[in-house]
Order: sequence, then C-alpha cells, then structure tokens
Amino acid sequence: MHISEGVLSPAVLGAGAALAALGVTAGLKRVDYDRLMTVAILSSAFFVASLIHVPIGPASAHLVLNGLLGVMLGWAAFPAIFVALALQALLFQFGGLTVLGVNTFNMAVPPVLCFYAFRPMLTGPSRLRGGAAFACGFLSVGASALLTAVSLGMSGEAFIPAARALMLAHIPVMIVEGVVTALVVSFIARVRPEMLAFTSTAHG
Amino acid sequence: MLDEPFSRGASRLHLADPRCKLAAAMAFAVCVALLRTPGVAAVALALGAALCAWARLPLPRLLRRLAAVNVFVALLWLFLPFSLPGAPLLRIGPVPGLPDWLVLAATDAGVALAVLVTLKSNAIVLAFIALAGTSDVTAVGHAVAGLGLPDKLALLLLFTWRQLHVVAQEYHRLRTAAKVRGFTPGTNLHTYRTYANLAGMVLVRSFDRAERVAQAMRLRGFAGRFHMLAEPAGHPGDRLLAAAIILCAAVLLAADILHPFAKLP
Repeated sequence: MHISEGVLSPAVLGAGAALAALGVTAGLKRVDYDRLMTVAILSSAFFVASLIHVPIGPASAHLVLNGLLGVMLGWAAFPAIFVALALQALLFQFGGLTVLGVNTFNMAVPPVLCFYAFRPMLTGPSRLRGGAAFACGFLSVGASALLTAVSLGMSGEAFIPAARALMLAHIPVMIVEGVVTALVVSFIARVRPEMLAFTSTAHG
Repeated sequence: MLDEPFSRGASRLHLADPRCKLAAAMAFAVCVALLRTPGVAAVALALGAALCAWARLPLPRLLRRLAAVNVFVALLWLFLPFSLPGAPLLRIGPVPGLPDWLVLAATDAGVALAVLVTLKSNAIVLAFIALAGTSDVTAVGHAVAGLGLPDKLALLLLFTWRQLHVVAQEYHRLRTAAKVRGFTPGTNLHTYRTYANLAGMVLVRSFDRAERVAQAMRLRGFAGRFHMLAEPAGHPGDRLLAAAIILCAAVLLAADILHPFAKLP
C-alpha cells in the first residue's frame, strides 16, 4: 500500500527520505555497471508481478514479491524498489515525490532483512525451502505493512485507527503472498536453480 | 496500461526543459506537504488545477487518474473524522445491544484534518501531473541525472523503463495463453499456483534476457554512459517558469506559517 502525498508529517517524510537515500546509496555501491541491466530487468519483472491481481475471497490484492526480490538482489533491492516506485509515481501517480523516500524505505528494508535471514535456506538444497520461502513472503509483506502503519501512526494520533485497520487488512494479503512466494521459489528451483543464488557472484 | 497519456501535447509546459519542471514539481510538493491550514491548501489545489489547465491535459483521463489516486484518501475518510476529539458533528449509535465504545462521533477537528489531507494530496498530484507528467519517462530519467542524482540511478531508471515494456509483453502473452486454456481465477490453490508459475516464468525469461542484453551492451562498448539523440532545448524562459512556480509555493508556505489560525491537528 502506498501512502499518498500530503498525508504524512514533515518529520516522517524527512526521516524516510534520508534513510532511503542511505539505502539506495549502499545498494548502488554494490552494483557495478555490468550488472546494472540485470538489476533493471529484475526490477521491471517485479513491477510487472505487481500488476498481477490475485483474488482473495470477494476482494483482490496485487502480488508484491518484495521478499523474493530481496533474496535475489540483497542490498540492490533498495535502488530496484526505488526505481519501481518512482515509475509507479510517474505513470500512475501512486505515491509521489515527497513520499517516495518513506515508501521506498518501507518496501525495501524487509527484503534486505530477508536476504540475510532466508537466503541460505532458499539457495541451498534444503528441506526447509518451502517453509522458508513462505516465511520470506509472509514476513516481508507483513513488515512492510507494519512499517507503513508505523509511518502513519507517527504522523499524528489521528491516523492510528486507520493505521491499525491497514495492518489488519494486510493479514490475508500476507498469507497469499507467503503461499505464492513458496510456489514461485519451488518453480524457479525446478526450472532455473542458479537464479536464486544470483547475487553470490557479487556478494550481495 | 504503460502509456503516458499526459506526455503528448504542445503546450508551453510540454515544451519546457524537464529539469526545470522536475525542480519546480519537487519544490511545490515539499511546500504543499508542509501546509497546515485548509484555506492555504485550497489555494494550492487551485494552483495545481491551473497548471493542469495550462498544460491543456485531457480532462476525462485526468479525472480518472485523480479518482484512482484518491482511493487512499477515501480510506482515510473512513477513519479520520472519528479519530480526533472535538465538537461532534454527526453521531452514529448507540446501537441497542452493542457496547458503548462503538458509539462513533465525527468531530469538527477530524473532518477538518480529512479535508486538509484531501486538498493537499490532490494539489500535489495535479501539479505533479502538469509538471512531471508532461515529459516522457525517458526525458525525466535524463533530467534526474541532470539534477545531480547518481548516474547509476538514472541509468537504472532508464533501463527499467525500457525493459518494462518487454517484460509486460511477456506477461500478457503468458496470461493470454492461460486464458485461452480456460483459466478462471478464484480463491483456491490452483489459482495461486498458476499465478506463481506465471510470475516465475516471467522472472526466468527476464533473467535470461538480462544476460543477453548485458552481453550485447558490452559488445557495443557500453561504459556507463547513455548518449542522447536529442539534447533538451533549454529555453531561457524555462528557468524563469520554474522560479515562478517555486516562488508561488514558497509564498503559500509563508502564508501558512504566518496564518493566525494555523494549528497542528
């Protein structure tokens, strides 16, 4: 869920922008010009994945797969997500200039954590792969929703009920995201296993 | 879906240097995001609408875009009016048989905050469409580098934008193939598995394409720089235009700070 323009308080916007700038810089440092195209294509693939709307009962949610992006890209997920969000802002006006920092931070921190937490289990020939992939998708979307709710809540007492509702609404999304991430990982593991270990050549 | 309906046109705003427009959009967005008085925010909204009118943007598409953007704002309207203490405007409940805390009261302070957020959000979006949306993404990508952001980031933006269409085509092809075979989505594991395989296939093919494209670029001697066919025109009036917009935004912010009734919600 992207926070729109004109909602958050200046302090939250400023902090988000500063933290996102740090993350993007750290991510760019780890990507050399040779791998820039790969990061760009994976970034656009995840952008396209976010166009897939999955039915959940009467409602639907779009896929995020940011946990999987983190496992594949490591810190490079930061610039990749920044670029994808900038394009969404330019093309659909979802999010926007002033909230770009906050939204990037909220969406990119969980993938980087997933990289450290789940990568060993997802890349190796592990029996835990299915469970780890589910946890990766479930937790990264959950953490992003939590960070979004916290940024809303920190912008003023008045936003706290809305933030709570946002968090609750994300619980079914987290489950679907976990299931789909587990299935995507099992697909890739069968079809192109070396893809999951992509960043090992360039240490994250 | 990935077209840029507002980037085509011949208005003064369409022709202006994207660097100047981006700088102006940024300043406007930051100033308006800081506003605290609904009156000043309404002036900002009028300014945003005036910019869109000046760019002669197609009204139906503009309204459709605004409606999509306001989904988040509508969500806030469900909660904000009831979330602040103040003079009650509308009371829902008490419903017999339900506990007392379920009584909802929309307060003047809550509604005022919701109105403020709505005005600010739409003002920024309108100005953003009129300023950034009137250049195509490629021009914006080059402008980003011109404004001092890292080259690598600008390249990443341009590459992603270029490949997005290719990947999206791939996705639509797979989707059509699924539909032709009678796939109807529902809330079940079969649907999730189908979508997961679809997303996985998009990822695998994109990954292969990335290898090929990177090799082709290396072969052609790519050394971290993109050569442009058309340099931005850089009309001297563009800087003036950007300065005028930035000045307007600064005046709005000053009016907000000096406003006697300005208060933090």
